[in-house]
Amino acid sequence: MTDDLREETVMLKTTTMPTNANGYAQLAADVLAQAKACGATEADIVVADGETFSVQVRVGAVDRLTKAREKRLGLRVFIGKRSATTSTSDFSKASLDRLVADTCTLAGAVVEDDVSGLPDAGQMATEQPDLDLYDDTVLDTDTQIDWAKRGEAAAFATDPRVTNSEGAEFDSSSGRVVLANSHGFVGAYRSSNFSLSVSPIATESATGGMQRDAWYQVQRKFARLASAESIGQEAARRAIRRLGARKVATKRVPVVFDQETAGSLLANLCSAVSGYGLYKRASFLLDQLGQTIASDLITVYDDGRMVGGLGSRPFDGEGLTTRKNTIVERGVLKSYLLDTYSGKKLGLPSTGNASRSVGESPSVGPTNFYLVPGVKSQQEIIGSIKEGLFVTELIGFGINMVTGDYSRGACGFWIENGELAYPVEEITIAGNLKQMLKDIDVIGNDLVFRGRIASPTVKIAEMMVAGN
Amino acid sequence: MPEPVQLTTFGVTEREAQQALDRVKVRDVEYADLYFESRTSESVSMEEGIVKRAAKSVSQGVGVRATAGEKTGFAYSDELTKRDLEIAADTARYIANSPKGHSSVPVPTQQRPTRDLYPIERAKAEVATAERVALLNEIDAEARRYDPRIKNVMASFNTEYKVVVVATSEGTLVSDIQPLSRLQITCIAEDRENRQVGSFGGGGRVAFAYYREDNRHLSYAREAAREAILNLSAVDAPAGVMPVVLAGGWPGILLHEAIGHGLEADFNRKKTSAFSSLIGKRVASDVCTIVDDGTLPFRRGSLNMDDEGTPTGCTTLIEKGILRGYITDKLNARLMGIPLTGNGRRENYQSVVLPRMTNTFMLAGESDPQDIIRSVKKGLYAVSFGGGQVDITNGKFVFSASEAYLIEDGQITKPVKGATLIGNGPEILTKVSMVGHDLKLDNGIGTCGKDGQSVPVGVGLPTIKVDEITVGGTQR
Repeated sequence: MTDDLREETVMLKTTTMPTNANGYAQLAADVLAQAKACGATEADIVVADGETFSVQVRVGAVDRLTKAREKRLGLRVFIGKRSATTSTSDFSKASLDRLVADTCTLAGAVVEDDVSGLPDAGQMATEQPDLDLYDDTVLDTDTQIDWAKRGEAAAFATDPRVTNSEGAEFDSSSGRVVLANSHGFVGAYRSSNFSLSVSPIATESATGGMQRDAWYQVQRKFARLASAESIGQEAARRAIRRLGARKVATKRVPVVFDQETAGSLLANLCSAVSGYGLYKRASFLLDQLGQTIASDLITVYDDGRMVGGLGSRPFDGEGLTTRKNTIVERGVLKSYLLDTYSGKKLGLPSTGNASRSVGESPSVGPTNFYLVPGVKSQQEIIGSIKEGLFVTELIGFGINMVTGDYSRGACGFWIENGELAYPVEEITIAGNLKQMLKDIDVIGNDLVFRGRIASPTVKIAEMMVAGN
Repeated sequence: MPEPVQLTTFGVTEREAQQALDRVKVRDVEYADLYFESRTSESVSMEEGIVKRAAKSVSQGVGVRATAGEKTGFAYSDELTKRDLEIAADTARYIANSPKGHSSVPVPTQQRPTRDLYPIERAKAEVATAERVALLNEIDAEARRYDPRIKNVMASFNTEYKVVVVATSEGTLVSDIQPLSRLQITCIAEDRENRQVGSFGGGGRVAFAYYREDNRHLSYAREAAREAILNLSAVDAPAGVMPVVLAGGWPGILLHEAIGHGLEADFNRKKTSAFSSLIGKRVASDVCTIVDDGTLPFRRGSLNMDDEGTPTGCTTLIEKGILRGYITDKLNARLMGIPLTGNGRRENYQSVVLPRMTNTFMLAGESDPQDIIRSVKKGLYAVSFGGGQVDITNGKFVFSASEAYLIEDGQITKPVKGATLIGNGPEILTKVSMVGHDLKLDNGIGTCGKDGQSVPVGVGLPTIKVDEITVGGTQR
C-alpha cells in the first residue's frame, strides 16, 4: 500500500536542496567522473535514502514494530552502445571503486544495442517544480501505535460480528532521491507517505464461516489522513457484507466493477500501452495508435504534475520533464507510455514516463493514471441492472497480456432487479480485454485517488461468470 | 561440510554481537536474534536476439529482532558499526515493557553446519558474464529454430549468492551460504491471425554447469517455443464445474495455494485461517499425503537451516487425508506449544521472519496416469500454470492454467486458452479421486509472496484427478 522506496516515487525540490542532497550530488559527481575515467562514454546515477516506520496492531495490542533507515546507490554506464547497471548499499570509497570497475566490466560483456544511451542533453528537465509531495511531520512512536489501535478498535466497535482481525497497520516513510547524469543534469526530490490499513475478520454465528476484508488510505501529508475510525468502520462494513457468500450458476451477465477492481482493469490497460511490452510484441494493443480501442465513453490521462499526487514527480527516471499525457480520448488510443529507449524502438519520443528502481535500467511506469469520471452514481448503475454481478475483489493472475485473454477469481454481490441481493464468492469472470474495453457502457462519477492508478465505478455490458 | 562463516566477514566481533543481544534481551523479551546477511545478485537478459542488459547488485545489513509474548520488535540497518547495532537493539526492544536489562545472554558459540544440501563452490556458481551471454545466445537460436513462427525470445539468467549468519539470545551462532539461480525463457509466436506466448524455466541451488547438463538450457528453449506455438491453435476454454486432471510437477501450485498457506502457523494461531480448527480432521481424500520438505538437495525451496538457524525438516501436513500439522517458526511454535519445523523464513535482513513453505508436494499414489485421463468423459487436462493466489480466511484459491487441453471421452483433444481455476481449500482435496504413481517436482521457478516478502519455494505433484472444480473459461 505504501510506495516502495526503491522505486522512484520520491519527490524533488531543487529550489531548496535537502541538506543531504548536496552531499549526494557531490558523491554522484565523483562516481560519474570515475566512471568516465574507467571508459564510460555516458553514465547516470541514482542515490536514494529514506526512513521507514511501521506498526502493526492486532486485537488491541502491538504485534510488530519496525523501524529503519536505508540508502542505496545505483549506477548505469554506457561504453559506446553497450550498457550495464549495478547497485550497492555500501557507500564507502572501496565499495564504490569496485562498483564502478564491475559496472564497466559488465558493460564490456554485453552486446551493442543501437538505440541504447541517455536521452539527448537538450531534453533534460530544466525546471523542477515543488509538487507538494513532502511533509516533514515527525510522529512519535506512541502516536503511530495509537492510529493503528484506533483504526482496529473502530472496526471491532462497528458490529459484534467482527470477531477477529488480521490487524491494523500504520506506516510512515520519507525519503529523497538524487538523479545525476553525465550531461550535467542533477535533480533531487523528496517525498513522504503516511498510510493506515485495517483488516478485520467477520464471523457468521450460524455457520462459523469467516470473511476478511480491508480498507486503507495513503497520503503524502499526515494532515490529509481521514480519521482512523472512518477507515476501521469502512473495513468492518466491507467484511460484514461478505458474510453468507455463495456460488452462483454459470451464466453471461452485465458486470459492475467497483472503484478498486475497475482500477485493476485500468492497470491492465496501463501495462498494455507501456512501451516495453509493445516493442517486444507482448501487448494486445500493438499498432493501435490512433485506432479505437475502447468505448467512446473512455478518456484516460496520465498526469505526472498533479499537486500532492501519489504518482507525481517533477522529472522522470531519466531526468526528463513529467507532464499530463492524454492516453485515450473518447475511445481512441492517443499515446503510449514511453521512456527514451522504448520510444526509440517504436520511433516515438519519450512521454516522460521513465520509472527507475535503483540499480536497474529504466522501465516505463504510470504517474497518476486515471479514467475520467462519468455522471452516474454507483447506486444508479447497479439500479439499472436486472440481473448481474457487482465485483468488489479480484484474485489471481489469469491475464494474458499478449492476447488480452482474461480470467480471474472474483467475489462481490449478485444484482437482482437493481438491488444487491446477496454476496457471492468462488466464481470467475472471463472475457478478453480488447472486447471488455469496448464493452464498457457506463462510467460512474466516483473517481477518488487512492493510489497511482484510479478509476470510478465501471460497467461492462456482458462477461462470462463461471460458478456452479 | 561447508566452513562456518565468521562474524568478522561482516566486520563484527562475537563480543559485539553478544553485547547487542544483551541490550535487546531485557526482562520481558523471550527471544532475540541478529540476522547478518550479504547478498550479491547478478542478471543478464536478452531480447530481440541480443543480450542487452547485465546488472549486479550488492547488499549487506543486519536485522535485529526481539519477541515478547505475541509482540515483535524489529529494526534493520545497512551499516554494521557497534553504534548501529545498539540503535537497532534499542528499537527492537521498544515492544517490551521492561527497563534496560543486565547482561544475561550467553556468549554465542559458533556451530559447524551439520549438512550441506547445496555444496557449490562460489566460482562454480558465479561464472564469467561471457559464459552466461553464450548460454542465452544458444537459447535464442534454439527457440527460433524450433519454429519460424517464433518472433521474439526473451530470456534471462539470474543468480544470487547469499551469506547468512544468525546469532541468537539462546547462545547459538550459525551460518549458511545459499546460492540460487534461475533461467527463464518467454517466446512470442505469431502467425497470420494470432499472437501467443509460451514460457518455461528452471533452476535451483545449483552450479552454472547444471544448465548445460544434457543441454538442459536448449530443452527449456524448446519447451517455451512449443507452448507458444501450441497456444496459437488453442480454442476458448470452457466455463463451469467439471473434472480436471492436473499433470505432475508445477501444477503442485494447487497444494501451495489450496492448503499450504492455510497451514502456516501464524494464521492458525490468530485463528484467521479456514483451517484453524481442523487438525486431526479429514481435509482430503485418503489417497492424499502431503509434505513440506526443506531437505531435498539442490532444490530451489531447500535450506540447510531456516532464517532463525533451525535445521529444516520434512513435515507431514496431510496424512491419508487427515490434517496432521502446521509449519512453524520459533515465535508461533512457542506461542502455540507445537513442534518447531524449521520454516521460519524472511526475504532479507529488512524483513521479519514468518512461517513459510519450502518444497510442498503430494506423495505418489498408485494410479496409472493414462488411466486417470481415460477415466474422464468431459473435462480439462492442465499441464502448466502461471500464478496462484489464496484468501486465507475464507479458503478460496485460484490458479491459472497456461497450457491446458480438453479431455473428451477419455482422450486428450484440443488445446484450450488459459483459464483460472477456482476452489475452496479445505474442500478441494476431498475431491481428489485418483493419484498417479508419477510424482514430479517442479523445475525450480517458484517464488512465493506473503506479507510483501518473496521467498523461493518448490512444489510437486503426481498426476491427479479432481472430480470437480470451477473452470473460469468463456464458453458454455
